[in-house]
Amino acid sequence: MTVFGSFSFFFILAAFLIPTVILGLQGKSNKTYNMIMNLLFLIIIFSNVSNGNVNKTIYAAICLVIFTIWQMMIIKGYIAYRKRENKTSTFYIVVILSILPLVISKSMPFIDKHLSFIGFLGISYLTFKGVQIVMETRDGLIKEQLPLDRLIYFILYFPAVSSGPIDRYRRFDKDISTVPTSEQYQEMLYIGINRIFQGFLYKFIIGYLINNELLLKLNDISWISTFQREIIYMYGYSLYLFFDFAGYSAFAIGVSYIMGVRTPENFNKPFISRNIKDFWNRWHMTLSFWFRDYVYMRLVFWITKKKWIKDRIAISNIGYVVLFMLMGIWHVAGGAALQYIVYGLYHALIMVLYNYFEKWNKKHKKWPQKNKFVHVFSIFLTFNFICFGFYIFSGHLTNYWQSGNFLHS
Amino acid sequence: MEFKNEVIELLAEICQEDEVKANPDIDLFEAGLLDSFGTVEMLVEVESRFGISVPISEFDRDVWNTPNHIAEQLAKLK
Repeated sequence: MTVFGSFSFFFILAAFLIPTVILGLQGKSNKTYNMIMNLLFLIIIFSNVSNGNVNKTIYAAICLVIFTIWQMMIIKGYIAYRKRENKTSTFYIVVILSILPLVISKSMPFIDKHLSFIGFLGISYLTFKGVQIVMETRDGLIKEQLPLDRLIYFILYFPAVSSGPIDRYRRFDKDISTVPTSEQYQEMLYIGINRIFQGFLYKFIIGYLINNELLLKLNDISWISTFQREIIYMYGYSLYLFFDFAGYSAFAIGVSYIMGVRTPENFNKPFISRNIKDFWNRWHMTLSFWFRDYVYMRLVFWITKKKWIKDRIAISNIGYVVLFMLMGIWHVAGGAALQYIVYGLYHALIMVLYNYFEKWNKKHKKWPQKNKFVHVFSIFLTFNFICFGFYIFSGHLTNYWQSGNFLHS
Repeated sequence: MEFKNEVIELLAEICQEDEVKANPDIDLFEAGLLDSFGTVEMLVEVESRFGISVPISEFDRDVWNTPNHIAEQLAKLK
């Protein structure tokens, strides 16, 4: 069954959440029950047979089990090692081993189409969580062995299993270690239910309408030119992407709250961003913060400390290019690559340009941040840059380009 | 007290803004004075000037948000 994909999923979920809610309202711990329910829901989710392809389902389940064992071994092994030693080379090897299954899963469809069964839904999100634990162990913030049941619960937490939000172990562990009082739980339950209904509104009403009534019908409108159609598609798709994904995240966050876990937010009104940096603090936040903390900042720290490059802007730009190229490559899925790599390059480019602009403006102060008109205009400008990014992301630009229409219309 | 002033001095240098000294309770991230890059520069400087190494994953923007808070956190790690 697809996670948050159908009403039957929500009915089953509601039924299984009854004991969680009763225990929570009584101020009792529902952790053990939730952990058992989590395993059950993993089975429900991963026994999803798509297009009658039973083999594919079985392969995905096997891949998930192997993947989980692999990550457990790496994490447990690295924590044990880190107590004794702390070699940089070992750390790199462990990180590579941790992302290896993801790399294999992503690259298989390019090697042979028949090998594309290697992998499962959510592999990248689970990898992010695994790598995060390795990073914090390296930094000395995770010192002691993590209990296996908690580790599995964290990695395979079903509300976030297929598309995030990407939580962090120490934060997650704090939540499941404290039992909220009845009053505290009531508040969490209220937020949880609220978010689930926000999810319905976003994903199943607004997102659904944009997709079905606009995007899928665009080709039927004959009186507009291809160029006009692509422009409408660009804005429509951007809004659809937001409502669909923010709706999905609201479900994940809502269910988490009911289960006593304050899963972090993924979106914070991204379309009112003042600039591109602001946008990345508001869009798919748990992913961009992951890349910020574990790629950008570590890389910049390293370059600054080793004093390889003196120019501050250059260091920062190298960081952005690496970050967004990796993010682009990460999106590569099922044999589609070009659109995501162009998307990564595009965002790297506008971050670099913005970096120069910011430096220039700090000196000349030609773009007053506090002026209302400037503020509104900045939002408008940023919105258009963002939408063009999503247009690349949708694959339409690369298709359009390859079909040759781009130059003619 | 002296340590705190040194930290605030360092932050003013990195943010290139004297407002940091005038208002040590200002949220540096909200005010747009500090970003990821500035944070890293600060951590590198903290390591070389005060000999305190702060792991990047320790730096939580909700806790390390104002000059005063940053000084407090660093004093704890000293």
